Amino acid sequence: MKYLLLKHYRGGPEPVIGYQPLDQWAPDRVDAHIRYMRDFADRLVGTGEFVEEKALSPEGTFVRFDGEGRPPVTNGPFAETKDLVAGWMIIDVESYERALELAAELSAAPGPDGEPIHEWLELRPFLTGFPSVGE
Amino acid sequence: MDTSLIRELVPAVIGVLVRRGADFASAEDAVQEALVRAYETWPHDPPRDPKAWLIAAAWRKFLDAVRAESARRGRELTVDAEPPDGPVPDADDTLRLYFLCAHPTLSQPAAVALTLRAVGGLTTRQIATAHLVPEATMAQRISRAKRTLSGVPLDAPGDLATVLRVLYLVFNEGSGGDVDLAAEAIRLARQLDALSDEPEAAGLLALMLLHHARRASRTGAGGRLVPLAEQDRSLWDTAMIAEGVTVLQTALARDRLGDYQAQAAIAALHADARTAAETDWVQIVEWYDELLAITASPVVRLNRAVAVGEADGAQAGLTALADVDPGLPRYAAARAYLLERAGDLDGAATGYAEAARVATSLAERDHLTRESARLRQAARR
Repeated sequence: MKYLLLKHYRGGPEPVIGYQPLDQWAPDRVDAHIRYMRDFADRLVGTGEFVEEKALSPEGTFVRFDGEGRPPVTNGPFAETKDLVAGWMIIDVESYERALELAAELSAAPGPDGEPIHEWLELRPFLTGFPSVGE
Repeated sequence: MDTSLIRELVPAVIGVLVRRGADFASAEDAVQEALVRAYETWPHDPPRDPKAWLIAAAWRKFLDAVRAESARRGRELTVDAEPPDGPVPDADDTLRLYFLCAHPTLSQPAAVALTLRAVGGLTTRQIATAHLVPEATMAQRISRAKRTLSGVPLDAPGDLATVLRVLYLVFNEGSGGDVDLAAEAIRLARQLDALSDEPEAAGLLALMLLHHARRASRTGAGGRLVPLAEQDRSLWDTAMIAEGVTVLQTALARDRLGDYQAQAAIAALHADARTAAETDWVQIVEWYDELLAITASPVVRLNRAVAVGEADGAQAGLTALADVDPGLPRYAAARAYLLERAGDLDGAATGYAEAARVATSLAERDHLTRESARLRQAARR
């Protein structure tokens, strides 16, 4: 079963620990945080559960069709979008319980004081392409 | 190049290496390397005796690995370059590999991957592509599975039930990349049925054949899901259905009914009806009762309620549904279907929309959304 682990810049439940953005941490804490994420991904390759990891720029633009022959209409970037996705990791695991366990592990990345950051991560199951057999 | 021919040789070649003294994990690695080499060289330089080629190449790979390991540890080589003539390999090696690869200590994804490689003879890349994961991830999944099995001898007693479950999982994974996993699962189930004396192995093979035979009719334009009642039955593979029915009848005659045989019996009754209206729902309900007696599974209870709705009317189906856990993924869809048959179109439209929200596959979600839209449009007229 494949799951998406979504990391948000903003949005989601109230943070457990109030913390500043990464750029305001001590450099070695930033390194420790990033290293934890990288080690986590490496570990998942080792367990045969890693699929993909990507990060997104916070700068996004809304775009829409504006009729035949007309250029696309753009809107933004919005500084105040409530929900802002920072990036994701896709995992392929045996069960929902295992997905929860891994999400919790990733959420324990060290924060500005070196202690687990308790960051909220959003866990979303992928739809499979076709239902399994059975009338 | 006919790759299924090479792939059929893989379990036997692993068996030969193990009998010559290699441990399973190293033997399997060596055969995989030889297999990749075979894919590179055989198209322009086909061997006269493919099996002998594969054994020789795999044994060389194995010796290379042992030498590298000995050098690393600074120890003497412990395996002779010329293999001793061990006991003659027998067909049981392949059956033992099925058991080992589906060992109960393995997670299901690990058992699936290892079975496809060591029994199915697929390459790591093919297995990775079919599961849409990176090759490195799949390689690790397989070596981890083999580490879990270290110390388990190839001839350890196995559990057929776990093997059947793994093959059924592979069958349900459908197709991805250049490998048709459903067809591969059928090939492996057919081979297992020939090696095993258990009627349930035949039951699983029959179930797969009877479902696979209807595959062409299961999707319509744009890949949309076509429900059984609306399928174009002229697209069904009648030869495959006939084979499935024969396999099933032989199994049932052994009088040791099991889960897969009962499911196959239901599939056979569907396959047997020339039109949806001719379906023998009364007999299907009876088979669901048999199935419930064997498994007591909530999913079976759900499917039985739908069958009761067809056999005895929608109201009876809804009554049967009252005993079913509403938390099941397809509960909402079954309920919406029965509500429509009972004439409650509003309830059915809302029910289908709810079912679409909890669907676990894209094709199913789109189908349920269309059903809801159809009923809402009908209500507006």
